Amino acid sequence: MSLLTSLARLRALDEGIAQPVATVRHCHLSRRPMVFIPLKLSGEAAAPLAAMLGTDRDDPRLLVVAQPRNRDLRFAWAAELAGVLLPYVEALTVDTETVERKNADPYERAVDAPQLVVPNQGGVAFTALLGRSTRFRRADGPYPVPGSVPLLGRWLTYFAERAAYPGSSIMLAATEELGRHWASGQSSLEDANLAALMSWITTGPSDEAEDPLVWPPAGPATDPGFDAEVLAPAIESGSAERVAEALRTQLEPTWRLVWQAIDLLAALPEGASVAQRWEQDRGSFSGMAAHVAEGAPPQARRDGAVAAAARLARMERAQAAYDVQRAYDDPMVMAEYRLTGEAFAGEVVETDPENTEGEGRSRKLRPLVVVKTDDPVRLPQGTSLGTPQRRGQGAVLVAADEGLITVKITKGMGRGKTAAPGSVPEVGERVCYTSLTDDFQGSATLPEAEATPWTHGGPPRGYTPDDEDAQEEWS
Amino acid sequence: MTGLKREGDPVRRLEALRGTTPPRPHDARAIAALAANPGCARRALMDGAGIDKDAAARHLGFPAPFGQSPFAITRGNMFEALVKADGCAELLRMLRELLDLPVEEVAYHDVENVGAHLRHTHTRSLLDHAARSTTAAEPVSAATFYDHPLLSLSIAGHTAYLEPDLVAFQLGGRFHVVEVKSFSVIDGQADPAAVAAAARQAAVYVLAMRTTLEELGHDPGLVSHDVVLVCPENFANRPVATLVDVRKQLAVLRRQLTRMTTLDRLLDALPDDLTFDLRPDDDGRPTRPVAELADALSRTTARYAPDCLSTCDMCFFCRDEARQEGASDLLGRQVRDELGGVASVAEALGLADGTRTPAEGQEEIARLLRNAERLRRECLT
Ligand code: SF4
Repeated sequence: MSLLTSLARLRALDEGIAQPVATVRHCHLSRRPMVFIPLKLSGEAAAPLAAMLGTDRDDPRLLVVAQPRNRDLRFAWAAELAGVLLPYVEALTVDTETVERKNADPYERAVDAPQLVVPNQGGVAFTALLGRSTRFRRADGPYPVPGSVPLLGRWLTYFAERAAYPGSSIMLAATEELGRHWASGQSSLEDANLAALMSWITTGPSDEAEDPLVWPPAGPATDPGFDAEVLAPAIESGSAERVAEALRTQLEPTWRLVWQAIDLLAALPEGASVAQRWEQDRGSFSGMAAHVAEGAPPQARRDGAVAAAARLARMERAQAAYDVQRAYDDPMVMAEYRLTGEAFAGEVVETDPENTEGEGRSRKLRPLVVVKTDDPVRLPQGTSLGTPQRRGQGAVLVAADEGLITVKITKGMGRGKTAAPGSVPEVGERVCYTSLTDDFQGSATLPEAEATPWTHGGPPRGYTPDDEDAQEEWS
Repeated sequence: MTGLKREGDPVRRLEALRGTTPPRPHDARAIAALAANPGCARRALMDGAGIDKDAAARHLGFPAPFGQSPFAITRGNMFEALVKADGCAELLRMLRELLDLPVEEVAYHDVENVGAHLRHTHTRSLLDHAARSTTAAEPVSAATFYDHPLLSLSIAGHTAYLEPDLVAFQLGGRFHVVEVKSFSVIDGQADPAAVAAAARQAAVYVLAMRTTLEELGHDPGLVSHDVVLVCPENFANRPVATLVDVRKQLAVLRRQLTRMTTLDRLLDALPDDLTFDLRPDDDGRPTRPVAELADALSRTTARYAPDCLSTCDMCFFCRDEARQEGASDLLGRQVRDELGGVASVAEALGLADGTRTPAEGQEEIARLLRNAERLRRECLT
């Protein structure tokens, strides 16, 4: 959290309503998101109890395990879930576009990808566990389960992995996305409660948001009072209908909230880099779909050493890129960097568009721009700068003096003798320059997986689930 | 009122704070939670006096949000029974592997059999006996499990009784506290918060056992700082044992308990007639006027932080108080740190708006806040 967000929280607390901390939306929103609200049985690691899901807010599907300790019912539930999720996923693999690449074969990329929206981080974690407990099952052999179950497990695992990938919109947790765009007047711990966060954003704080009788928890855990007074007797009665109705009362309020959260986010204009990140999501989705189609094994229980290091490096790069892109897309995010002196904004007070450097053939056009700013600039001379107003442009800080910053444009003003029209800001224009740039060091060279040193466990053996995996208890 | 003088001894003073309300015994969970917010005087006093914070919060109209699902309780009990079945046979197998010990035999003592009033003395003599035999010339490869032992630990001059799940003792080796928990370890990983809580709790037992041994004239080092955590593995009920080093938790706990023995200082600052008495009627229902109790509590300094919401029964009461005071604590330690110790929301906003002149030492944070405010305004227009 930064001081700017802290200030927004203070303001929210003082005014009794959440304050914006973003001016644009930083996540992609699908035209047909799949809202997924899973519930688990308390005290168990991954015993599903119910899920409400669907792409139509007026027509949620409710899937219930009427006897949560019954293994067969649990797999039947997983098969039902697969019956809803897999067609949604598979339909999106059909339409593709061919992507040309430099130095590599072209590949097919889906024109749209699935998007799973869960209420909170707990929903993501439970999705990962559901994936883990189903992906190694087998449709044949001594402990057969419906064939769709292991496939479901692989997709759930994929979704949960994407949720951890910075900037990916394949799986969103509503509380996280809301928190990225609004600051409430409560602690981030309390923001994990979707009802509480939503009320801060829409109407102002309400004690009802913490009353499980008014707003049941958004899962995956249910309210202990509900468990004791409603659910346990319903399960005991043996009436599947009664259990389903009980769980519906717990899920419906959250169902409405998640859709409302989506509406709130949809009302924000989309950030300029969102489409680019979604393109990567589409590429990743097609990669996964191809993987499945080729009959590759399910994701391993744990990464080998090289795979883990590579994943970490990828995540770090994605995080850095995501941070920079958000700042370029959103003045409110850029303000954080202006506050710390890594960026500055202000009005152009003077320009020299024809400034050149060098003589003769090495003479280069280097337009100069002087910006007047109130920001506390903490950048040394010679710092490379970029600017959200002209994304391809490169510049260097020449001098900083009492709020007057001289910047020299070095890249992105055309090849002619004079600067291309519009490439040098005019006097009076508001501009922002920052040392944040979106070019990152290439990936650290990691050995191929086959060459993993023995100190790191040696080359990983491909993970082939065996009978033991397939029959692993799920109790 | 007892009419105690201020210089009256702290134990009597604490009893006066509790008044006619029966003392609530500390359990390891409560003691472990002390470490979560060591700076809170309100909590230190309430715990020191043995006040039932849960009952107090309920009476004040701010019941704590900690319920446990019957499903979780059933599962926990089932799992514990499984681990302890057949005289802890399964547990023995795991410990053999984990501690790499050639244990062949196992003795099993269920301390609960002796009846509640004797349990504590019985536990002591069992431990005494076991510790003595470590010095015996011929160590035997037998392990002993003590089920339902009752340990004690002195908290602010009060004896708190504690019931660890199980204590294992290996001759020629050491005592190991065994904690049976029903959260799962999946592919070698468990919920870090759950593990941390278990470690804090186990540290309380280790400390209690060490104190007991010391009192009996034995080497407290006989109790290992490696506790054995037994959890279900993956999605099954099969138990798996892991060693957890609780040295860090022990250090925190010791520091906190020493602070608590200095409750005198906190007590000295309180008015003579202050009491947190709930005045229970014959049925145990509190009859003390709520406003009066709230007022008494408000004379003690709380140190609310959002973490209280998961660790202290008084949390909703203290949060409400923090709201009324407009304390920036409400927003969490991170915000508080960011504000460089500006404690009130109004003060921080005043500095940001420039309507308040910074006090000495606040110039830097005031400058930052003003800048932040300018930037926010610029972005929002
Ligand atoms: S809830 Fe209140 S009494 Fe408990 S630790 Fe927090 S501030 Fe102290």
